[in-house]
Amino acid sequence: MSEPPRVVLDPTGERRPPQRERAARLDSLRGRTVGLLDISKARGDVFLSQLEKHLRERGATVLRFAKPTFTKPAPIDLRQEIATRCHAVVEALAD
Amino acid sequence: MAFVKRDCPTCALVAPVLAQLAGRLALTVYTQDDPSFPDGVAARDDTSLELSWHYGIEAVPTLLRVEGGVETARVLGWQRGEWEALTGVAGLGAGLPAYRPGCGSLSVDPDRVPALRARHAGEGLRARRVELAAQEDEMEAMVARGWSDGLPVVPPTPERVLAMLEGTTRAQGEIVATVPPDLVPCSVEKVAINAVLAGCRPEYLPVVLAALEGACTDAFNAHGVLATTMGVGPVLIVNGPIRRALGMNAGINVFGQGHRANSTIGRALQLVIRNVGGGRPGEVDRATFGNPGKLGFCFAEDEEGSPWGPLSEDLGVPAGRSAVTLFAGEGPRTVVDQLSRDPESLCRSFAACLATVHHPKLVLAFDAILAIGPEHARVFREAGWSKARLRERLHALLQRPAAELRRGAGGMAEGLPLPEGFKGSLPKFRPDGLLIVHCGGGAGLFSCIIGGWASGDLGSRPVVREIRT
Repeated sequence: MSEPPRVVLDPTGERRPPQRERAARLDSLRGRTVGLLDISKARGDVFLSQLEKHLRERGATVLRFAKPTFTKPAPIDLRQEIATRCHAVVEALAD
Repeated sequence: MAFVKRDCPTCALVAPVLAQLAGRLALTVYTQDDPSFPDGVAARDDTSLELSWHYGIEAVPTLLRVEGGVETARVLGWQRGEWEALTGVAGLGAGLPAYRPGCGSLSVDPDRVPALRARHAGEGLRARRVELAAQEDEMEAMVARGWSDGLPVVPPTPERVLAMLEGTTRAQGEIVATVPPDLVPCSVEKVAINAVLAGCRPEYLPVVLAALEGACTDAFNAHGVLATTMGVGPVLIVNGPIRRALGMNAGINVFGQGHRANSTIGRALQLVIRNVGGGRPGEVDRATFGNPGKLGFCFAEDEEGSPWGPLSEDLGVPAGRSAVTLFAGEGPRTVVDQLSRDPESLCRSFAACLATVHHPKLVLAFDAILAIGPEHARVFREAGWSKARLRERLHALLQRPAAELRRGAGGMAEGLPLPEGFKGSLPKFRPDGLLIVHCGGGAGLFSCIIGGWASGDLGSRPVVREIRT
């Protein structure tokens, strides 16, 4: 007689994050709105200001956003605002 | 109905009574160990203990009256008067003593309970059941599936998980917290599974549940504590009566190895974050160095030997209640001062060492725990210093002139971006950013500092949770 199967219980969340298609790449920056999300680390603003300059030179409208603190995920309202107002977003930090 | 076993002298004693009753009543006798017992009665086989479990039989013989499928009376052991009242038959067991206690039912035999519970209560378990292949080594199988923190884990069989769940009265399906980083709702059952993996005993489970609730608050910010490049992890400090009940260590080698509750409770929390929350090193956990305490860092305060009230009381839990405090901390470092015999001198040593937490020029950025050893605590006790006075003095000593903290000051680029005209001084810690606990072995003029992480609303605040047992 064979032994009954040994069973253990799954300790994981038993969830697999859904694979999402990446958004289509922008063919041009001209006339598009690009969000710059500062995660609020030191000197992130310096880096993003430089990026903003280059983006504007290429015809993009730039909106600046900042997380309240770099230690926590961006609040859902902020994510929503970026998603509705921008065609693309750059999240950046410096240190 | 009667439940009996051959291996019980009282059951053997009442065998003639059962035979007497069987002729007069609709009596069904269930035998737990030998279906040929008792003589003279066509007993039913309950060697599987299924009915014994179902009816919650604790002793044999047990006599039940069941009417319309509902139990209306129960007698444990042999008690002539009770048996006669239950059956309505007089003159039972002539010649027998009036009373004999029974024996333990096989269905409550500690060696059999885990399997019985798994067989009969296991339907309530919701976690996916994973069958191990015949040739799989069960210890290797746990690691291969990614469920381990790098040390061997205890395989979470249904038997072990159900035994773990006995440690709480909370329903196994109740959601305890939403666990970062994947923000997964985590049930009591999932916590129990990970507590088994960690090596916890069932009685530790309430501490793990309270710790998980505390960790998954916005104030503690377990997501950030996990994700940071800094080497911190959850540090758990246990206060109240449960410390003694669990045999927790607050003394010699308090931060070290050797005590199961200390070693496994913090580990269980970290395994929940890993397995349920999906927080793994190299993925969302980006620690540059980490620290060995990230395997699990949990200890108890020595309240009995302390000159002061417990940490949990400082954080708002009434004295005498069990509580766990969570602190986002690095590994402990020792403060050596073997010469100070007065509080002022010892405070100056503490302040000199506390000032260096993470960097002497970085202030108001990190909290810290000061764990005062018994020999150092004695200095304050003998001088009659309260904890409030100690804290106040330390804060005063930990004021640093702005000129020393500015970027570039002292030939060090690191420092604060203070405005040009800013003068005056700044404190090392937030007003409530220095936690003081009493613990450690009785010999050694030492204390310990556990440095924190980004403090306050910016990062993590210490969180206390009462432990519900």
